[in-house]
Amino acid sequence: MATREAGVIGALLLNPPLASIQGAIEFIFTPQTSNVTGGKTVGGIDQVIELTLSQLELTVFALALSLVVAMPIGLYLGHRGTGELFATVIGNAGRAIPELALIAFMAALIGVGVLNLTIALAVLGIPPLLTNAFVGIHQVDRAAVDAARGMGMTEFEILRKVEIPLAIPTLFAGIRSATIAIVATATIAPIAGVLTLGDFIINQNVYGDNGVLAGAILVALLALTLEFGLASLQRRLTSKGLKLKPA
Amino acid sequence: MRSQPTRLRAAAALLLALALTLGVVACGSSDDDSTSNEEGSSAGAIASNPENGKVSLTIGSKNFPEQEILGEIYAQALKAAGYKVKSDLNLGSETVAHQAVKSGAISGYPEYASTALTSFFGVEPEEVPAGATPAYEKAKAEFEKEGLTAFPPTPFASANAVGTTTKFAEEEELETISDLEGKSESMSLYGSPECRQRIDCLAGLEKYYGLKFKSFHPVDIGLRYTVLEKGQADLSILFTTDPQLAAEKDKFVILEDDKEVFPAGNVIFVSKKSTVEKAGPDYEKTIVQVQKGLTLEVMQELDARVELEKQTPKQAAAAYLKSAGYTG
Amino acid sequence: MANGVLLAATGEVGKGFIQERSSDTLPCQATDKLFCWEWASEHIDRYATPTLQHLELVAISVLIGFIVAFTLALLAHRHHWLQPPLLAGTGVLYTIPSVAFFFLLLPLTGRGEDTAIIALSAYTLQIIFRNTMVGFANVPKAVVDAARGMGQTDRQILWRVELPLATPEIFAGLQVATVSTVAIATLAAFAGGGGLGEPILKGGISFKTNLIIAGGIAFLIAVILGLVLFAVQRFLTPWQRARQA
Repeated sequence: MATREAGVIGALLLNPPLASIQGAIEFIFTPQTSNVTGGKTVGGIDQVIELTLSQLELTVFALALSLVVAMPIGLYLGHRGTGELFATVIGNAGRAIPELALIAFMAALIGVGVLNLTIALAVLGIPPLLTNAFVGIHQVDRAAVDAARGMGMTEFEILRKVEIPLAIPTLFAGIRSATIAIVATATIAPIAGVLTLGDFIINQNVYGDNGVLAGAILVALLALTLEFGLASLQRRLTSKGLKLKPA
Repeated sequence: MRSQPTRLRAAAALLLALALTLGVVACGSSDDDSTSNEEGSSAGAIASNPENGKVSLTIGSKNFPEQEILGEIYAQALKAAGYKVKSDLNLGSETVAHQAVKSGAISGYPEYASTALTSFFGVEPEEVPAGATPAYEKAKAEFEKEGLTAFPPTPFASANAVGTTTKFAEEEELETISDLEGKSESMSLYGSPECRQRIDCLAGLEKYYGLKFKSFHPVDIGLRYTVLEKGQADLSILFTTDPQLAAEKDKFVILEDDKEVFPAGNVIFVSKKSTVEKAGPDYEKTIVQVQKGLTLEVMQELDARVELEKQTPKQAAAAYLKSAGYTG
Repeated sequence: MANGVLLAATGEVGKGFIQERSSDTLPCQATDKLFCWEWASEHIDRYATPTLQHLELVAISVLIGFIVAFTLALLAHRHHWLQPPLLAGTGVLYTIPSVAFFFLLLPLTGRGEDTAIIALSAYTLQIIFRNTMVGFANVPKAVVDAARGMGQTDRQILWRVELPLATPEIFAGLQVATVSTVAIATLAAFAGGGGLGEPILKGGISFKTNLIIAGGIAFLIAVILGLVLFAVQRFLTPWQRARQA
């Protein structure tokens, strides 16, 4: 391994790194044409926006699909108080899924494209949503639920008006977990034919070293923005009574 | 500074060494290396030269199976010749490999003469010489300007091709690429990421055939047949040496390149001039000798072993070297 | 013996070398079948090195992550004002997708194992840090007061009272971190760090058998490690029922 490092350092000394923060920022805002990119024009704010929207689209589709599948099951089980083992196992198993294998497998099985990738990403998003929905609802204070039942609310009303509001922090933790997992995997979607910001990162031969760095910065920013946005949304939705301790 | 007499003495010693070596060779070639005849030509095993053990080489390759097989063949052959060899295959596309050899990260890699001319040196496809040797000479001349050099070409040549399923070709009545005129606007094309900017790929199709496609989707080279099989790609960029074309003739077909935008390229091994000098004469000799057996049929066979039978490039290369009598 | 000069070679391959192939004679691995048992049993050794590399990556990353996060948690336990910034900091490292992280590190540490390890360790920090903090928070104040009343110093309280009681939570965090790291380590192949992502990226990305084996091994390792850690946690804390993470 030492020789390889020496080789890298040697190569770097002979050819100063082509990537620099300045170069990356230039790449983001103005289209570049250079020998490194084979003479073709790449980069620029238009392409950046296009790929960002593509990644967001994929993330939103996958998250929506995950919610549709995971929430009903998780909320139901949590409300009934059954299926704790199931929810826990799904949660742990979901964390254990290797993303790269999943994406490649879906592509090889069904084919490339947004629809197929959405399904693959939803597989990653469902476990945290389901587990957190279960845990969140299940851990709601029994006294509150009993009181609501005593007041004559239907089961569904209890869920909607009592349990969900009280479980918001946990539910949102699940949504944030799912979103991060999905965004992270959407980054490598280009190997399965759906172009996202990850294309800059994965294809150094097309975009050059500046493009790679720019892609990495953009993806990091995208993920952080989504996380921050969801955290704010969570704060707004959490009823005051729950906000006693900092998150 | 050495004085004249010492220089003369050194030159004499060198000449003597050469003469002795030639003499030993002459004697040596009289006894055959006895690999059994069922393994093909028996003369020609690569002999290990202890001198080469002082030289460390890193052999690179581009990122698809045929390239990895070639890289392995060269790496194993050089190892048999006594060099210390490391392989760093699967570097990436041609621009990455080119950068790697220029920076010294690798000692050399196999490149297609046509790719070198069109991708590195801006030669238009119609200016790419038709024969293997003229193309090689032209590429070598261009490489020399960068301090690189190229070794003589392999017997086989490969080219990019526009391919599709046999069914689709029949439905749309496609035999040549020009047949796509007027129809391509409703078709999707799948190719490698760098295809967008290569003149012997999408850029050439747009420029020389005047074709516009409904969409171009960059995918990993390893998926070029999957996308056709799954019905997602109307057209896909394939290689003329692909084993799938030979083994599954009823499934896949390539369109004829009637405007000759996709020149076929023989493989030439590219190295830095300084590396060649440091490595000694066996470097070029080994590479040129070991690739003599790589006819089109043999290369396709090796490609088939890796791409269809999922052997490793290392295994395929080793089998080739053994069968052709290069290694025991 | 010839000394270093090649004998003339025509290089013709042997007679049986080139084989005839047609659609009906293709072996399983050349078709679109879901899983080829024969090929799998013949070539399983191909996955030995990537598996070992993978385990190495995970072990080192989780170890480094644990040491760093645990130390930070001890600091934050003593100095409460550190909690929000550390939580936010580790949160940022967790949110940044690993592939992006690899390539942000690229100009600094280059391609290879080291880059992968740094990124994977960073990813584990938040969960271990947060769980350790929660573990401390869950220690009943009464117990700490009792210990203080018995004359124990802060340090003694930490090591004899708080940490043992926080163990279940800490271990839960370690478990989650380990399982996640095994899954994410498949991406290390993008940074040239080896692991089970290598056979996926470079051993046939459309070859389903390959994907199932490589992905399956990674999945199994994650599940097994998770269960092992769960068992260890149970073993270490017989006095307390393990709570779910």
